Amino acid sequence: MDTVLELQQVSKHYAQHKAVNDVSLTVPRGSLYSLVGPSGCGKTTTLRMVAGFEEPTSGAMLLNGERIEHLRPYERNVTTVFQSYALFPHMTASANIAFGLHRKGTADITGPVSKVLDLLQLAGKESRYPHQLSGGEKQRVALARALVLEPEVLLLDEPLSALDPQLRKQVRTELKALQRRVGITFLMVTHDQEEALSLSDHIAVMNKGKVEQTGPPHEMYLKPATRFVAGFLGPVNWLGNTGIRPESTELSATPPQGPSRRATVRSAMFLGNCYHVEATLEDGSVMVSEVQRENHSFAPGQTVYVYWLPQDEITL
Amino acid sequence: MIRLRAWCLTPSLLMLGGLFLIPLAIIFSYSVLSRGPYGGVEQPFTWENYARLADPLYLSILLRSVLYSAIATTVCLLMGFPLALFISRSGPRRNLYLSLVALPFWTSFLVRTYAWMFLLRDTGLINTTLQSLGLINEPLPLLYNPFAVMIGLVYGYLPFLILPIYASLERLDKSLLEAAADLGARPLTALMQVILPLSMPGIRAGSVLVFISCLGAYLTPDLLGGGKTIMIGNVVQNQFTAARDWPFGAALSLVLMLFVMLLLMPLLRRKEGGLL
Amino acid sequence: MKNSRWLSLYAVVAYAFLHLPLLVLAVFSFNSSRFTRWEGFSITWYQAAFADADLGEGTINSLIIAIAATVLATIIGTLCAYGLWKRSSLWISSTLYLSLVTPEIVMGIALLAFYQWIFRFLHLPLGMHTVILAHVMFCTAYVVTVVAARLRGFDASQEEAAMDLGATEWQAFLRVTLPQLIPGIASAALLVFTTSFDDFVITSLVAGVDSQTLPMVIYSMARKGFNPSVNAISTLIVTALGVLILISDRLEHKA
Repeated sequence: MDTVLELQQVSKHYAQHKAVNDVSLTVPRGSLYSLVGPSGCGKTTTLRMVAGFEEPTSGAMLLNGERIEHLRPYERNVTTVFQSYALFPHMTASANIAFGLHRKGTADITGPVSKVLDLLQLAGKESRYPHQLSGGEKQRVALARALVLEPEVLLLDEPLSALDPQLRKQVRTELKALQRRVGITFLMVTHDQEEALSLSDHIAVMNKGKVEQTGPPHEMYLKPATRFVAGFLGPVNWLGNTGIRPESTELSATPPQGPSRRATVRSAMFLGNCYHVEATLEDGSVMVSEVQRENHSFAPGQTVYVYWLPQDEITL
Repeated sequence: MIRLRAWCLTPSLLMLGGLFLIPLAIIFSYSVLSRGPYGGVEQPFTWENYARLADPLYLSILLRSVLYSAIATTVCLLMGFPLALFISRSGPRRNLYLSLVALPFWTSFLVRTYAWMFLLRDTGLINTTLQSLGLINEPLPLLYNPFAVMIGLVYGYLPFLILPIYASLERLDKSLLEAAADLGARPLTALMQVILPLSMPGIRAGSVLVFISCLGAYLTPDLLGGGKTIMIGNVVQNQFTAARDWPFGAALSLVLMLFVMLLLMPLLRRKEGGLL
Repeated sequence: MKNSRWLSLYAVVAYAFLHLPLLVLAVFSFNSSRFTRWEGFSITWYQAAFADADLGEGTINSLIIAIAATVLATIIGTLCAYGLWKRSSLWISSTLYLSLVTPEIVMGIALLAFYQWIFRFLHLPLGMHTVILAHVMFCTAYVVTVVAARLRGFDASQEEAAMDLGATEWQAFLRVTLPQLIPGIASAALLVFTTSFDDFVITSLVAGVDSQTLPMVIYSMARKGFNPSVNAISTLIVTALGVLILISDRLEHKA
């Protein structure tokens, strides 16, 4: 595997707390890699260290095998799409995009700028100022500004969080398509596990400054290494150290063949695409099940049988 | 990043050190030395300059300064609060009304003081008008008295009170007043129970600013007060010019400075980080 | 909330108190009589003021001082506000705050004593340079206050973005931050200009005999006795400074 960025036991300690603690990551070239975790888990600090806005307290960061942790932000070939986009309000869209090319002293400015304007469907908007652009357009200018420099790694800090919820899903698909087209490595930070699962080639789940687990999304979802990862990526019914996801938890009014547990329906809610049923087992623990709409509904107080396939079990 | 910041702060550090802290240190050292024969200072070291503040002559000037400042602050408060309230309730014209307060304040202080001389002097507008109307025969002694000084102080520093009170009234949540009215408060009750307590930060800040400005006043008592209603500022100036007693002037100015700092201390703590 | 009739009536009286003295002064600056009784419109006193050599020299001195002090204080203050925005320093900001609230008379005598002391070694006289330095001293804090207020609303990630795109710290400041601060800086500069142009207390203490400023000339004329030329020059000053303040106010409110 061709590695573009590697973090080796990187830590960032502040006076009061350890924001990032011993984080090691290997980012494959050309992949879309997500750092995901709850707020305060250290994912943004990690991204800022890669960008060069923060200096690690200890550890090494390698870009194409070369140490970069002591380089200034303008000395590293990585660029950032900021959560707030951080577009320069006193410059037009094209001046924003050309800013980095001017700093690098590139001879041909207009060529790359018009190319990236086309790529992001911004043709016609180039002479607008940021306040004249819609939220989606601002985001694309921010992407264009960072992409035009053809960075080794493009860093994205919660790229979708400033968009309307309706727009978010559409842009998510576009972002993935864009990454495939340009072939540049994207390192993205998000707190939204659904976003991470749907977009990424690789995920690193972070918690309290540490990486809990890394891997491809499906593997992480189906075979989480820790209770935290399992719970962060989706809801889980825990029975001791065994977990079953609600969509794998089946209910039946009559005892099914094979092993099952008797339970009493506590509540049943219609969610449109499915029913959300909570059932209390005899030992008092509650199981949540997503029952297909076609299956008959369950009423509170009803006795049901809970069962699942052994291969759907999460075992830690 | 650190280097650029150091570059940015160096000029102001040099300036603050060279033109503010060192001069203050010199004033302090003068205040504990003896008076030279033709101005200037001499050895030996002494605390006597501070002891002279207890002299009834200077003590009375000190007390007068505090009294004048307190009265001027009170008058400013009584005049300023209603105007601030008026401005805060003026809807879209708020900024215009606010500029009308700030405009004379930022233009020449000297001219504004002079304007009152023009109005109050024996041959000034008020006296000539009253005389031509036949209301008085002899001009009224309006200038060069405590009354004139008080007018000058109030006129000079009134905006210092209006602007901070306006700022805290502006922050006041309008729904609080609606809630008060909804709960049956009459306008006057709402004023006393809701508006006044909530605008206290502005009132406090503005009062302190006016008070310390009055305490350090020099031009107003000098031009409008004549020789008899001098305040601390005038004594300080006199010690450095006519009286040629630099050590005493230095001691006096440090005491003035100390007053100002003590009064400002509680404001700074409240603001957390201060003005800047 | 609407204003009650009484409050509006009071406001009229209060605004009259704030503005009438200056308006009356302006009206009487056009009086043809030398006495305070209206006898007809004339610009005699303006002609007299313009012909007055002391007033002319004072105006030129004041302009030189105010322009020099404005340029220096604006540069020093802007850099200072920017440096403090990068990382605050309680030390510097408290000293600046202290300089802002120090009574003028105290600052004036402190500077006078300082100059006297330093000139024992340097053998320089008091003059325009001492006034300019003094003005820079008490004006810088104004600039810092205004520019710092501007910077408070400034998104720090803009500078990070600039550096991320290859700009050095210095380039990020010059090309991204500074252009957006210009209205605030201009507003502060106008404020400083008026403050410096008008200062009397500190100036009169640290100015030499041959560097009389306009306020110093007006002051001595006002003390000598009634001279209608003072009304004329005062009206001009208030009008000119008023216009600058209005421009400054407009700039500051421009988002």
